[in-house]
Amino acid sequence: MSAVENALGITIPDNARIIRNLITGIQYVQDHVIHFYHLHALDWVDIVSALGADPAKTASLAQSISDWPKSSAAYFRGVKEKLKAFVESGQLGPFSNAYWGHPAYKLPPEANLMAVAHYLEALDWQRDVIKIQALLGAKNPHAQTYLVGGMAVPVDPNSQNALNAGGIAFISGLARKAHEFVEKVYIPDLLAVASFYKEWAGLGGGVGNFLAYGVFPNDNISNTDNLWLPRGIILDRDLSRVHPVDHTKITEYVTHSWYEYPDGDDRARHPWDGVTDYKYTGPKPPYDFLDTEGKYSWLKAPRYEDRPMEVGPLARMLVAYASGHKRVREVVNHVLKTLGVGPEALFSTLGRVAARGIETLVTAEMLPVWLDELAANMKRGDLRVHNGERWDPATWPKEAQGYGWHEAPRGALGHWVKIRNGKIVNYQCVVPSTWNGSPRDAKGRRGPYESALLGTPVANPEQPVEILRTVHSFDPCMACAVHVVDPEGREVTRIKVV
Amino acid sequence: MASSSKRDDLSGVTIYEALKERGFSRRDFLSFCTLITATLALPSTFVSKVAEALERRKKPVLVWLEFQDCAGNTEALLRASKPTVGEIVLDILSVEYHETIMAAAGHQAEKSLMDVVKNQKGRYIAVVEGSVPMGDGGVYCCVGGRAAKETVKEVCGNAMATLAVGTCAAYGGLPAASPNPTGAVGVTQAVPGVPVVNLPGCPVNVENITATVVHFLTFGSLPPLDSRGRPLFAYGKRIHDNCERRAHFDAGQFVRQWGDEGHRKGWCLYEMGCKGPETFKNCPTVKYNEGTSWPVQAGHGCIGCAEPAFWDRMAPFYRRLPQPPGFGVESTADKVGAGLAAVTGAALVAHGIGRILSGGKKKEEERR
Repeated sequence: MSAVENALGITIPDNARIIRNLITGIQYVQDHVIHFYHLHALDWVDIVSALGADPAKTASLAQSISDWPKSSAAYFRGVKEKLKAFVESGQLGPFSNAYWGHPAYKLPPEANLMAVAHYLEALDWQRDVIKIQALLGAKNPHAQTYLVGGMAVPVDPNSQNALNAGGIAFISGLARKAHEFVEKVYIPDLLAVASFYKEWAGLGGGVGNFLAYGVFPNDNISNTDNLWLPRGIILDRDLSRVHPVDHTKITEYVTHSWYEYPDGDDRARHPWDGVTDYKYTGPKPPYDFLDTEGKYSWLKAPRYEDRPMEVGPLARMLVAYASGHKRVREVVNHVLKTLGVGPEALFSTLGRVAARGIETLVTAEMLPVWLDELAANMKRGDLRVHNGERWDPATWPKEAQGYGWHEAPRGALGHWVKIRNGKIVNYQCVVPSTWNGSPRDAKGRRGPYESALLGTPVANPEQPVEILRTVHSFDPCMACAVHVVDPEGREVTRIKVV
Repeated sequence: MASSSKRDDLSGVTIYEALKERGFSRRDFLSFCTLITATLALPSTFVSKVAEALERRKKPVLVWLEFQDCAGNTEALLRASKPTVGEIVLDILSVEYHETIMAAAGHQAEKSLMDVVKNQKGRYIAVVEGSVPMGDGGVYCCVGGRAAKETVKEVCGNAMATLAVGTCAAYGGLPAASPNPTGAVGVTQAVPGVPVVNLPGCPVNVENITATVVHFLTFGSLPPLDSRGRPLFAYGKRIHDNCERRAHFDAGQFVRQWGDEGHRKGWCLYEMGCKGPETFKNCPTVKYNEGTSWPVQAGHGCIGCAEPAFWDRMAPFYRRLPQPPGFGVESTADKVGAGLAAVTGAALVAHGIGRILSGGKKKEEERR
């Protein structure tokens, strides 16, 4: 959609930009919290250990890190009893067959119990706060109000069928609720858990190059560089320089991917000239191994100036930090100080987890700011939500090409489009998980996941929770397989990271 | 209160007991039963029957498979409110396998799935999210080196019933859109002959999942289905016939441009390409996100996401339907669908299965 707007030279109205910022903003906040508590926490939190917790000590711990009201001994006793009944029922459901009791779990029982309580609270919280997106996007997931040229959400203070004062108040209340939980539960939990796992600030670093397209535009120009979270590139972990992003330097290899290019698989192609001709050469299922010397992935290998790049919350926070973003610097410095580590600790598995939390806090703080901007426009009588000048394809030039950039919660997302005679002739998406999960390229360079796993100590190859920690820290949008091979090359175990 | 002698199985905790342990009062429980009864479009006298069933039943085991999917229906599940996802996953059902939310990974995760297939044969519910690629030996979607088309056959073939949630699992959805490079199909086509309830939508309305499960627990059978395998309680009426903007259609008041006066006043979106007249679903009543909104309420037309082959049949999304639909609410999916596309063999198969599961010919005749 942004790619088409870019190709056709469409400037969207101010209200459409703000509504898009609000939808993206609450998506960051909700998605990051779900990732932390529901998709990643159980790599660090041992649910079974929580059964041994003393509720009174848990209450003291919770009260020492936050003034969140649900923190009494009685409350934690209730959670513990529910958990006990659940475990004793013998039907462990989604918690069965995990690595409980593994020596890599370091939290005391009380911290585990606190995290379990917040796992359950976050389940209820996320359902509520995402209604901001449901109101502005018709539903969540899969918002359905985005249009080329703007948004299909009418705003009108004098209509009961448009976003009016009631809608603004509804969003405002949920934005407050969103911020409160992040500030009083997520961030304190993150810091508490991280303090027991500081060795992970030295593990899982990865490629050391970071790409952020930037997000939350402050003006309405297509692909503007006036962004609340800035655009930029950091190379070789050097935070003293932020490089500009030039879309022509982005290419994709298929050397190790199940595709073929017309002029050979060792040359990379820019997305405008991108080709997606699939050609599977892997083993016939069922299989145990893929041959990583040949093609082994459905992902292409995106590169920037021939370099693998990490994308995601860590990339965004590093680019903002190195660009001198005031609020991001404050929160990053606070987190580093609390944990007693320097900025180099950010280049790690723990850094990735912390950056996601930091971004959640600073984004939650912006929701009321954007909402005020929208209300101010409505007060002035600016009710425009859509620019219809190019709605009819008859108004388009015979040929056009464009690209659109966005930052999905898990990282930089770019779409490239070519249009001829009113129809799309090529459309290429370069998505966050192809950057991060990229297979090797023609020169054998590894992508971020593969690099980050190098040197990870695994205490028990049959239960490699350490691998899960690093892969999950990227928030992969897929199930991927990691094979653990012993020094003689024999496969010790194979884990599917989901 | 259920006495233990009424239980199906003395060894487990019943759904009502599990809810009580989580702090549900008797009143909360009955209001949950009332809601489910209403969603199922049953008379209120059925509330006690639903309540009795939940007091008696042990938590059913459920496995949730993801294939060519985006986890959008999993996200929808996380938004469930009545009951909440916590209650569904921890209390009402025993979810033994779900790639996105389960703690286990790798061998251990796959073991959970295979344990259910082996030990609970014929007694568990399978949920499928995403389409199944049948092309080239199934290489386009493998989990743990195993083709989705084999896994779905084994897991759904041994299940008591399968729910195909979302349009991809029901009909192939986006991956099956022309030119369908991977040979993607829905569950009914991937595993012909097994009992499947289709709950299409992008994403599914989670209330419809819960209501289908409770219907099954209460009456011991799947709900009556239409010719496309969808439960009548949720897909029995056209969006157009239940639409909050229907009066504006009848009055000839249409949105002509995004953001115009009609758009701001909530007039009919037909001219903007709304597919409500050709789409069967209960969106206007259940909506999304605890009744917060749905596309037409928000200001965007329906795109027909719950209909088979919707990417190919419903596009272009913004072109007005060629024939202004009639005023009657008596049309069925079959009549409307016949004008849109040829009825496929798969739909006929689904029709036959729907009849068997809903009690065969007799019940279908009663409905007429």
